[in-house]
Amino acid sequence: MVKINVNGQQYELNVDPSTPLLWVLRDNLNLTGTKYGCGISQCGACTVHMNGQAVRSCSIPVSQVEQFKIVTIEGLSEDASHPVQKAWIEEDVPQCGYCQSGQIMTAVTLLENNANPSDEEIDRAMTNICRCGTYQRIRRAIHKVAAKGGE
Amino acid sequence: MSIDKTRREFLKKSVSVSTGLVIAFHIPGMIPATQAKVRPFEPFDLNQGEINAWLAIEPDDTITIRVAQAEMGQGVFTALPMIVAEELEADWRTVRAEYASANRTIREEGAYQRMGTGGSRAVRHSRPYLQMAGAEAREKLIKAAAEKWLVDKSECYADYGKIHHKPSGRSVSYGALANAAAKISVSGVRIKTPEEFKLLGLPKKRLDTPPKVDGSAVFSIDVRRPNMVYAAVVHCPVQGGTLRSYRFNAVRNMPGVLQGIKLKSGIAIVAKTYWQAKTAVDRLPVQWNIGDEGKTYSDTFRNEYSAALANEGTIVLERGDTKEALESSEKIIQSDYFVPYLAHACMEPLNCTVSVEKSRVDIWAGMQNPESVLNAVAKEAGVAHENIHVHNCFLGGGFGRRSSNDFVIEATKIAKKVGQPVQMIWSREEDMKAGAYRPMAAMRFKAGFDLDKQLTAYTNHSVTHSILKDLGADVSSGIDRTSVEGLANMPYAIPRKKITHTIKNTHITSWWWRSVGSSQNAFAMECFMDEMATEAKMDPLKYRKKLLAHRKDLLDVLDELEEKSSWSKPLPRGHARGMAIHECFGTIVAQAVEVSVDKYGQAKVHKVVSVVDCGNLVNPLIAEMQIESGIIYGISAALYGKITIEKGRVQEDNFDTYQMVRMQETPVMETHWLLSGGNKWGGIGEPGLPCVAPAIVNALYRITGRRIRSLPVGDYYLQVS
Repeated sequence: MVKINVNGQQYELNVDPSTPLLWVLRDNLNLTGTKYGCGISQCGACTVHMNGQAVRSCSIPVSQVEQFKIVTIEGLSEDASHPVQKAWIEEDVPQCGYCQSGQIMTAVTLLENNANPSDEEIDRAMTNICRCGTYQRIRRAIHKVAAKGGE
Repeated sequence: MSIDKTRREFLKKSVSVSTGLVIAFHIPGMIPATQAKVRPFEPFDLNQGEINAWLAIEPDDTITIRVAQAEMGQGVFTALPMIVAEELEADWRTVRAEYASANRTIREEGAYQRMGTGGSRAVRHSRPYLQMAGAEAREKLIKAAAEKWLVDKSECYADYGKIHHKPSGRSVSYGALANAAAKISVSGVRIKTPEEFKLLGLPKKRLDTPPKVDGSAVFSIDVRRPNMVYAAVVHCPVQGGTLRSYRFNAVRNMPGVLQGIKLKSGIAIVAKTYWQAKTAVDRLPVQWNIGDEGKTYSDTFRNEYSAALANEGTIVLERGDTKEALESSEKIIQSDYFVPYLAHACMEPLNCTVSVEKSRVDIWAGMQNPESVLNAVAKEAGVAHENIHVHNCFLGGGFGRRSSNDFVIEATKIAKKVGQPVQMIWSREEDMKAGAYRPMAAMRFKAGFDLDKQLTAYTNHSVTHSILKDLGADVSSGIDRTSVEGLANMPYAIPRKKITHTIKNTHITSWWWRSVGSSQNAFAMECFMDEMATEAKMDPLKYRKKLLAHRKDLLDVLDELEEKSSWSKPLPRGHARGMAIHECFGTIVAQAVEVSVDKYGQAKVHKVVSVVDCGNLVNPLIAEMQIESGIIYGISAALYGKITIEKGRVQEDNFDTYQMVRMQETPVMETHWLLSGGNKWGGIGEPGLPCVAPAIVNALYRITGRRIRSLPVGDYYLQVS
């Protein structure tokens, strides 16, 4: 049995402890907002928060997150009302949308650690891949959240 | 199946979930139907108010518009409903979108016309009949109101979701008329011309954005069915090879493993969860039958393609005697260009969920071609067409890759042997290695000049891997027209020209890739135009203008680019601008890029200014996003894109070896519209891409003094001259 805490809920799961957190979220908990992109921590589509830090869930065995609080895109807000989600809508970021859960989760921790990131700081933090090329709009959305003081 | 149960409600009821337990009633991320603005995956529950196949209006005035093209990021779930809503005189706020049914279009003989998505065709081909669908519904609603009020319909008009009776001032909303309108027939319906548009041309926000910021958008990989199991697949590492043997006993007792299924060129392991299936397939001992293809290398292919450039080739186009003109020229320049195979690398790896029952098959996938999927699955499963139901989902990228049915057929073959619904997922590695690639090509250009540096003749010979030949099409003419897009119809005024072509394929599978032939041809041709300008001792932009004096549309775009990019304004040392212009899919794009070389000898793109003439625009916001998307896709290809073959095997298998642009490499992008209007409705999904590579390479020439003639640029160490 593996015990994990996801979006404020405690779960006891009968899974192989070496299973990556990503697949437990998707296949066992049906939290499909977190996406599989590469499986090797390259693309960031699987990004979730582990005690408030952005991590790539495809490369973390579920047994290693038992002590942490996990938050997925579904747990970020009740109704897409997180300032980053609102900015994503206002700046019309998504195209195909597949990578955007991971982009948003990464941006949220960037802004929590740095309320007003420079372009260079955005470059360093936002290493997620978007094949549709929405980067310019992601940058704008992050600046927008900063300008509004995170509201 | 309860479709209005939200995920959170669901989670509250399921605190402890054990592996292998499949949730029968839950569709992940489904938002209540009353709130959903877009709904791929399953149609809305509509029992009434369908005025024609394209739209239905409910008693509460909600308008559901069906979209026949695939939403793969390019915005069709917003742009196409806007076209219908324009004619319908709808209140845009009441419009929602769902996928049109491929099953229905087959039963009703083309109710949704052509359902394929590709060739930047969504707007430019479907606009007239989508306008007609909206206009016809509007006229039916007007007639229904006139009959209700017992007045002449000429006294009634439609506006903002209501029919109004001018003399009396009465009005009635569409929802109250829809059922009556559905039974009425009208004729002689006229559609609007662009001057009459109220909605089209406005930057309306995308309907699919909200579900794409909270994780609720359903991609096919998110589909969950009762009793569903998962399949992971490994394919023969050499395309065309076949399965010789595998030892299922080695993985039989691994957790969750259910069965192994032999495929012609691969093997699938089915398990209770995807991770169990993938872990098992990775450990499965497999042997393959590999022929001489297993002895091939990219370098060998490249040499063979280059050698074939010396052959005559098949004549695609010939104007005047180029041989004589070149022989009598004062100077001839000749250059060979080369491009490698490229993977699509959609963010969502290929996957498909299939349920095969005795007389019914259901398919859930991201499909650019649902109708063709339906036909292919009917054949594969031996089930009548009307009993095949294909449920399109949001596509996690398409770029051409999801117009192939290969993965859907493979999933169907697996599901036939499983006996319960199965979701097949290709790992990223399989997605990249078992790909279908943008063709490899070599191109030779020659240009002759007289004493005054005037052009005397131009020849071009392309040697290209033919997609049509891979598809089994008749290419006995020696020409694959998709391989010479851009080359055959090059716009420049040249006194004598000869365009020739050679089809040359390898064992690698080729496929449509964003902008198809233009992706490689614009690179080579527009770089060679700069070489010609250098020879003529002219500025590259001014040189193009000289050769395009007969094309006002292209000249206008070049003039605009010259101004918007500050073309003549000097840049700091180590920086330069390069440009290119190309027309494809009915749209003209010219781009100027500012590039520099960093201390590691790598190119850095700082800014891309685009000028676009697609005639008319449905939605400038979505169109601008598409131009930006094409640019980023194009920079990835220009700087990094390369599929390498060794011993017949694709070497790049994930994003660490197949790199693409990230935030750090993203330039500032500016898009300027120069809309020529009229009847021109050009495509927008692909035309943003072809100019990017040549513009970068042309800029690098100005910095380094060295002409790059083979992609990707990242293969070169660049030095400021």
